[in-house]
Amino acid sequence: MNKLLKTMVMGVAGLAMTATAALAGEYPDRPIGVAVSYGAGGATDFQARIVTMVAGNEDILGQPIYIVNKPGAGGRVGWNWFATEADADGYTLSAYNIPHFVAQSIKGGVQYSADSFEPIANWGADPAVVVVGKDSKFSTIQDLVDYARDNPGKATLSGAGLFVGHHIAALQIEKATEAKFAYIPTKGGGAAAMKAVIAGDVVAGINNLSDAFRAREAGNVKILAVADLERNAEFLPDVPTLLEAGYDVDDSSVNFRGLMVKKGTPQEVIDTLAAKVPEMFAHARVAKRMKAGGSPMKIMTRAEVQAMWAEREKFLAELLKGL
Amino acid sequence: MEFLGYFGGVFEPISFLLLLGGTIGGLILGATPGLSPTMAVALLIPFTFHLQPAQGLILLGAAYTSTVAGGAVSAILLKIPGAPANIATSLDGNAMAKRGEGARALHLSFLASGVGGVIGVLLLIFMTPILAQWALAFSYSHLFWMAILGVTVIGSLDSKSFVKGLLSGCIGLWLSMIGFDDNLGAQRFIFVDALAGGIHIIPALIGLFAIPQVMEMFSKGRENAAIEALDVPKQSLIASIRELSRSIRSLSIGTIFGSIIGIIPGVGGQIAGLVAYDQARKFSPHKDKFGKGHPEGIIAAESANNAMVGPSLVPLLTLSIPGSPTAAVLLGGLIIHGIFPGSDLFDNHPRVAWTFINSMLIGQILMVVFGIYTATWAARIARAPVPIMAAAVMVLATFGSYSVQQSMGDVYIMLGLGVGMFFLEKFGFSAAPLVLGLILGPIAESNFTTGSLIAQAQDGPLIYFMTGPLNMFLIFLVLASIGYSFWSNMLHNRAAGKAGAGS
Repeated sequence: MNKLLKTMVMGVAGLAMTATAALAGEYPDRPIGVAVSYGAGGATDFQARIVTMVAGNEDILGQPIYIVNKPGAGGRVGWNWFATEADADGYTLSAYNIPHFVAQSIKGGVQYSADSFEPIANWGADPAVVVVGKDSKFSTIQDLVDYARDNPGKATLSGAGLFVGHHIAALQIEKATEAKFAYIPTKGGGAAAMKAVIAGDVVAGINNLSDAFRAREAGNVKILAVADLERNAEFLPDVPTLLEAGYDVDDSSVNFRGLMVKKGTPQEVIDTLAAKVPEMFAHARVAKRMKAGGSPMKIMTRAEVQAMWAEREKFLAELLKGL
Repeated sequence: MEFLGYFGGVFEPISFLLLLGGTIGGLILGATPGLSPTMAVALLIPFTFHLQPAQGLILLGAAYTSTVAGGAVSAILLKIPGAPANIATSLDGNAMAKRGEGARALHLSFLASGVGGVIGVLLLIFMTPILAQWALAFSYSHLFWMAILGVTVIGSLDSKSFVKGLLSGCIGLWLSMIGFDDNLGAQRFIFVDALAGGIHIIPALIGLFAIPQVMEMFSKGRENAAIEALDVPKQSLIASIRELSRSIRSLSIGTIFGSIIGIIPGVGGQIAGLVAYDQARKFSPHKDKFGKGHPEGIIAAESANNAMVGPSLVPLLTLSIPGSPTAAVLLGGLIIHGIFPGSDLFDNHPRVAWTFINSMLIGQILMVVFGIYTATWAARIARAPVPIMAAAVMVLATFGSYSVQQSMGDVYIMLGLGVGMFFLEKFGFSAAPLVLGLILGPIAESNFTTGSLIAQAQDGPLIYFMTGPLNMFLIFLVLASIGYSFWSNMLHNRAAGKAGAGS
């Protein structure tokens, strides 16, 4: 009996040692989860599933990545969870949306800020665009702005929520045109905001370039302008930027998507991810699927994302002051 | 009749195998508590990366159809509704299973699902252009009134007392307010972090329906340790079909309400089953039998929730607007292959579009075949000894609640609501009206807030919410429904009073 016990104890000790060895050894040694703060089927969820699909390849991470959806309140629920409850061990990552979470943290009421997270890499940049229904009387952004100037507060603009990229774009447009719009945050994300435009519930809408591109292909909307520094040559070469139209709206509302970990994650884990994840995003199969889905890619390394975060934080603090 | 030309695509070897796999897999996923159709379809999307677009959609379409029907299995046998669509099924279905009629309940449920489902897909095939306009006609004010219409049936749903029904509905409405408000981000009743996301409907469903039952079983298990096994009589398929054909009224009410409600974006699947169930009861000469194991209850609920599947895809396929969470996931499955729903789909990829739709048609039939085939042995679950059954339900309930968002918080919410419901049931309250409140609360609220914002920019809330033919029609329905409730409640009381005086 005693002997048996001894063997068992040794066995358990042996197992524990192997476990520690594995822990100290190669990261990652098990599948990695990515928390997405939006529901299944939304643009962020859909893109996250594509850009992580080759993670299991031996030359990338060697372990698959799976998606966990934690939707609610424009992303606040998921990022609150990530900042407070997730483990900082590199096995739970989160997708970020800029400017959403930075704007939310500036407005308060959440338990995270840009300092709670460490960026890994950026995969996409989806500019905001101004859309109207296909039968709308407006054909140019000037028409819409003129209408808003003549009818203060009557030009309703749908968007995916408060303090998300769409809302930031609407605020910038109001500021640049000195016209008063009525921003309508819809529940149900970009899809619901687009439905409001197509059904004529609102005068116009702000939406993602990728979704608007698809809606235009389907013959449902006209795209009047894009809130970016340059036209989008790949998907919408014919749509002018707001800057071209003479309104001082830059690319601050562009929806950047990427992966991040929680602050406190071991530096070597961050380094591994920062080296491998951009490679994963750049994989040919990922690029093919993203292009097919009309989703513009913009791969940025950890250092580039850090700079971008800092810059957005400064800009948004200025824009949202006094709101 | 264009769709007939593409039937061949469904029967190509790989496509048909995928259809079979999707159907069987969907039934199993659907029967697993916590795995809603939305989750099941999302889980399958990575498998479609390596398939051709049409094949990938066959897999997703088959899984969507059969998970909705599969949810009935756990609703009937374990009283755990797999998804909101199956709540109404569990009301009568579980009562039948407890009487040892599980096989009969499953047969009827699959047959009714099949009939409703096929009609729903046929509507999708033939009526799409008309239905698409109909889907767009519903604006915020109309969705608000729709939700209020749903609230008016709360009082009469599965309750002995009208007032208690209303009270549980109010508890549900209150629970729905917990968490961040989705429109404006206000924080309400968040005392612990787990509540920040609000009460997720799936853990709530599992807790409210399964836990009181488990506690009931445990309290019985001690005094009656001897196995309380039920005999499960064999159910002949012919008898089931005959029974279904006798219940044309429930079947048509279910199918009609399911299809109509299915089209409306954002409301659809969650309440189709409950509304159809309530209507079937109101039109039935045997009102009292509902909720106590009446087959017509199952027939109405299941035909409704599968009839909803076809029409719910109309806004997605024609306008590229996902009308339900599941449709949103399907949209992802399409655009991954570079196919954009809308005119592009039918003009440039007709093979993909029609093969997908046809496969749902065939999938409905396969689903009935496999469902019936497994019903007899699945129903034997009811023969499991009570203590084992209780433990198994407990495990499934915990697993199901956790798996939704991989969060222990959801498990605690499930347990908390379940224990609360156990005591509420002791006082004659029931879970169905509570859940209806929980589902309708956010729909009513968010449409009212968004509608009010738009109204401010237009002519004011009164004009926005109270004018226009569709608004007027819905308000009329709301008033009629309230009036009917009072009237039938009065009749009931008078009858009860007479009976009391007579005895």
